[in-house]
Amino acid sequence: MTLVDFWAAALALSILLYVLLDGFDLGVGMLFPFAPGEAGRRQMLAAISPVWDGNETWLVVAAATLFGAFPTVYALLLSAFYLPLLLMLAGLILRGVAFEFRYKSQAMRPLWDAGFVAGSYAAGFVQGTAVGAIVEGLAVENGRYVGSPFAWATPFALLCGIGLCIGYALIGACWLAGKGAFDVRAFSLRILPRLMAALAIFLVAVFVHAAILHLPVLHRWSERPYLVLFPIVGLAAFATMALALRRDHDRLLFPAAAAIFCAAFATLAVSFLPYMVPFTVTIAEAAAPESSLRFLFWGAGLFVLPITLAYTAAVYFIFRGKVDTDVDYH
Amino acid sequence: MDLTPLMLSRIQFAFTISFHIIFPAFTIGLAAWLAFLEGCGLVTGRPIYRRLSDFWLRIFAVAFGLGVVSGIVMAFEFGTNWSELSRRTGPIQGPLLGYESFTAFALEAGFFGVLMFGRNRVPRWVYFLACLMVCLGTSLSSFWIMVNNTWMQWPTGFTTGADGVFVPTDWSAIIFNEVVWVRFPHMMLAAYVTSAFCIAATGAWYMLREHGAYEGRVMLTMALRLAAILVPIQIAFGHLAGDYVHDKQPAKFAAIEGRWQDEQPASEILIGWPDEAAETTRYAVAIPYLGSVIGSMSLTAKEIGLKSFPPDQRPPVVIPFFAFRVMVGCGLVMLGLAWLGAWLSLSERIRHARFFLWCTFLSFPLGFVATLTGWFTAEVGRQPWVVYGRLRTADAVTPFLTAPQVGTSLTVFAVVYALIFAFGTFYIYRQLRAGPVPAPDLPDRATNPKRPLSVPGASPGLARTSAGTMEAGE
Repeated sequence: MTLVDFWAAALALSILLYVLLDGFDLGVGMLFPFAPGEAGRRQMLAAISPVWDGNETWLVVAAATLFGAFPTVYALLLSAFYLPLLLMLAGLILRGVAFEFRYKSQAMRPLWDAGFVAGSYAAGFVQGTAVGAIVEGLAVENGRYVGSPFAWATPFALLCGIGLCIGYALIGACWLAGKGAFDVRAFSLRILPRLMAALAIFLVAVFVHAAILHLPVLHRWSERPYLVLFPIVGLAAFATMALALRRDHDRLLFPAAAAIFCAAFATLAVSFLPYMVPFTVTIAEAAAPESSLRFLFWGAGLFVLPITLAYTAAVYFIFRGKVDTDVDYH
Repeated sequence: MDLTPLMLSRIQFAFTISFHIIFPAFTIGLAAWLAFLEGCGLVTGRPIYRRLSDFWLRIFAVAFGLGVVSGIVMAFEFGTNWSELSRRTGPIQGPLLGYESFTAFALEAGFFGVLMFGRNRVPRWVYFLACLMVCLGTSLSSFWIMVNNTWMQWPTGFTTGADGVFVPTDWSAIIFNEVVWVRFPHMMLAAYVTSAFCIAATGAWYMLREHGAYEGRVMLTMALRLAAILVPIQIAFGHLAGDYVHDKQPAKFAAIEGRWQDEQPASEILIGWPDEAAETTRYAVAIPYLGSVIGSMSLTAKEIGLKSFPPDQRPPVVIPFFAFRVMVGCGLVMLGLAWLGAWLSLSERIRHARFFLWCTFLSFPLGFVATLTGWFTAEVGRQPWVVYGRLRTADAVTPFLTAPQVGTSLTVFAVVYALIFAFGTFYIYRQLRAGPVPAPDLPDRATNPKRPLSVPGASPGLARTSAGTMEAGE
């Protein structure tokens, strides 16, 4: 295993963790307007407030890893998605302050709540769109983006944006079902079947669309038949979720949703290899010089990343179980 | 001014980073202040320290949150607007900024949770340790940022690779170069002094209004005595920073001085109006010889003027010239206030020195203004280079950006920042107004859900209950 492999793996891990963790709290933001009353809304926020900040930091960790270890791709992707990223950042700002601000004033609460919801949708939609546009292929010449400001806004990419919103809402509802109590839990269990149906429709639509477009990524399925394993895992997770829903095992729902996401992520990641931006920039081409990778490895790779992982696990352990529904604060 | 994508990107970066720096400048010092209060509380066991620490923690939470959300934007802007800079200097700036994110996350975000709601769950010494760790985290963050910015001001330890990429060859030269160890303390001291004056101003406010006067006096005395020590040290580091600019960035130094012609011996322009078109500084009030003394510590040294540099290698003059003078002016006013306050605080006279208290109350923005103008001097003075002498700002911008794109992003940031900045400041103000001790005529209302990374709103009822349990507990 070389340094480049290590950092590619670290990057993949931080992106996957970001999608799984911030995914569910963005999803809770998307379900927020449909919550059963102010008490339900408070409970929803209480279900994610201990962790949302840490979850979002994985985005910064992923961006920092990309900039530190693969600066070429960092420059390429961020400049290619200029406007959508702006939308995402504005959304994340409004969303981040809403947690703090909505409790500070009664009169302004609707505004901060609107920011919280809109920010959650914007972030999810932009991330999905970006993935879709990357899968479809970006206009790249010798490591630099050469497309237009709106080149990313293809029907396929926008479909992926909607799809990721559905996925995030699904995993958010699973989180709430496991965390919430009373009416919030009932609300999540009620909405889950609809979200599962929407996700299934989306997955079919995206495959049909990709086939119509003759996307080069699809050739990977004939080149690498073992790829089929991942969708099978995804399907099994989907079935588990349906079963858990029927038998009322609310603790199984979130792991099942996480497995669906992992399967989708692995499918994409393995289809991309050895490319980082298919099919123009390989991981090896994108990597920073040896001296940069080594400097980053001896501190961040060896100490900070494991500590951060341990810390994340500890936080989830401390906040395990149901949300306290009493409002005792101190 | 031509609103090209380059110009708009520069304005946007200046706007977003100016907004961002306000919060770290405040929270770096506040983290140290919280650790200091906790330490005092541990050693003396006096309840006043616990009361003050609980109070300032709520202010810290809001400021910290605003610092985090505005910081995420900074991380992305390197790639969105300055993709050529990212591509070419990424091998150096990427790991440095990566370390900044990693250390910030591991220490600040981690222990911030303990600070926010570990008060009654962990022993006091653990809580104190958490304060120290948050303090260390903020300091490490600023260290990496200063290393990164110093490399842009004075690039060392690299060779140029294929396609204009900067390849690091010697990390110790990048991290341990002499300039870092002048500029990093200069920034840290700026943050500490900024927070000290915010705390002193709050204390003066409480003393003037009588409500919370006792706590106010403790804050005022502590903050001003600290400032009385730190401001002179900061001025000394400022002088050292000036030395490095004089030796390593002569064009920036000449712009700050408003000096166009080479002079021997050089005079020092106190104030004037630099006219870039006419290449002269009008209405200059100058002191002979002083320019050589400040620049080279001699009465006969030759000092270089802007005309010695080709026009395409000169920085803009007006902004560094005035920003530097505003910064120095703020520093001198703070020095006067801190020394006067420290002297007054030795006796009971400080309680009746209403004019002094008013001045201190009004001094709260001085630290922020000095920090911002210091950065304007450093960054605008570095132009036309983004990496000094190696990479021009014009060549660092994303090549295919269009003016409408950047215009859109600038507008969106301006609107969003105005909104959250206005409300954030207002909420901080409201908590400050409530003060660390509840006013006797306020009703109890404690209806806050459990939110760990935050604290109850400025609900005086809660302040009273926590103060009450605390008094009982000690």
